[in-house]
Amino acid sequence: MEFNSFAEFIAMGRHGLYVWLSYGITAVIVAYNVAQPLLRRRRLLKEQAQRLRREKRNAPTA
Amino acid sequence: MWQWLKRLYHRMGSPKWFYDITERWIVWLALGAGISALIGLVLGLLYAPADYQQGDSFRIIYIHVPAAIIAQSAYMMMAVAGAVYLIWRMKMAAWVAKVIAPVGASFCLIALLTGAIWGKPTWGTWWVWDARLTSMLMLLFLYFGVMALQQAMESEEASYKAGAILALVGVVNIPIIKYSVEWWNTLHQPATLKLTEKPSMHPDMLWPLLIMILSTYLFFALIVILRTRNEILWHERKRKWVRKLLES
Repeated sequence: MEFNSFAEFIAMGRHGLYVWLSYGITAVIVAYNVAQPLLRRRRLLKEQAQRLRREKRNAPTA
Repeated sequence: MWQWLKRLYHRMGSPKWFYDITERWIVWLALGAGISALIGLVLGLLYAPADYQQGDSFRIIYIHVPAAIIAQSAYMMMAVAGAVYLIWRMKMAAWVAKVIAPVGASFCLIALLTGAIWGKPTWGTWWVWDARLTSMLMLLFLYFGVMALQQAMESEEASYKAGAILALVGVVNIPIIKYSVEWWNTLHQPATLKLTEKPSMHPDMLWPLLIMILSTYLFFALIVILRTRNEILWHERKRKWVRKLLES
């Protein structure tokens, strides 16, 4: 272990701001990339299932 | 071998086949990317020794270098997918090219932003118009251009074609990025990793980097697969197999 305490780890030898800003920005961009396909999938499945039900209801029943 | 490749190619062209087979990959890719990232970050942030010149700011390398590598190889994959679409009109290739663009652009953005932040304590400036930085910025604009063209035209096919052509033209930028640190005098340091030489880095610093590169590749594959599956669901929404999936 390179650091003796948690405070030392956060401080990153006076470079804490740069290190954590880099990791923070990366975390945000990575989180967006994870969330986008998951949310889109949920919306897509919901919308298409709705469309299917609507089409069935409107279809002429023999 | 050739027959096998041909069969694989035809299967890859089938959206349903791709959708079904990747179902099982998702969880493994997610686990692999997550666990390797955890190991890489713990080793890189806690156990790697501080750089004797840069101190602890060098730890930015563990996201900066993987992001820059994936940004470039994603571009190559996007260009190859575009070429496959142009030559064989394979729809799947067009969709793959379309979903790679925003993911590759994300990594390019990460590389540029972390590079700027790293530059401040190391070079004393956020940005310089030197060859490496400028060519990486070009890569980001190429991604944006391809993304814009992929939805610019009235017909989907024409948009995909335009995007693929720009992607292919932009490939010239990739060797420029690679050799920019050798051809021009730049502030940016030369490559840390070379395929042909023994790395100059201490193994305790190097291993976390290699693990993070692997992790980023796995993550990239995961996101591209997830996005491609959405693209498939959308385009095939009127097909019988998607209907069955929606009804279940």
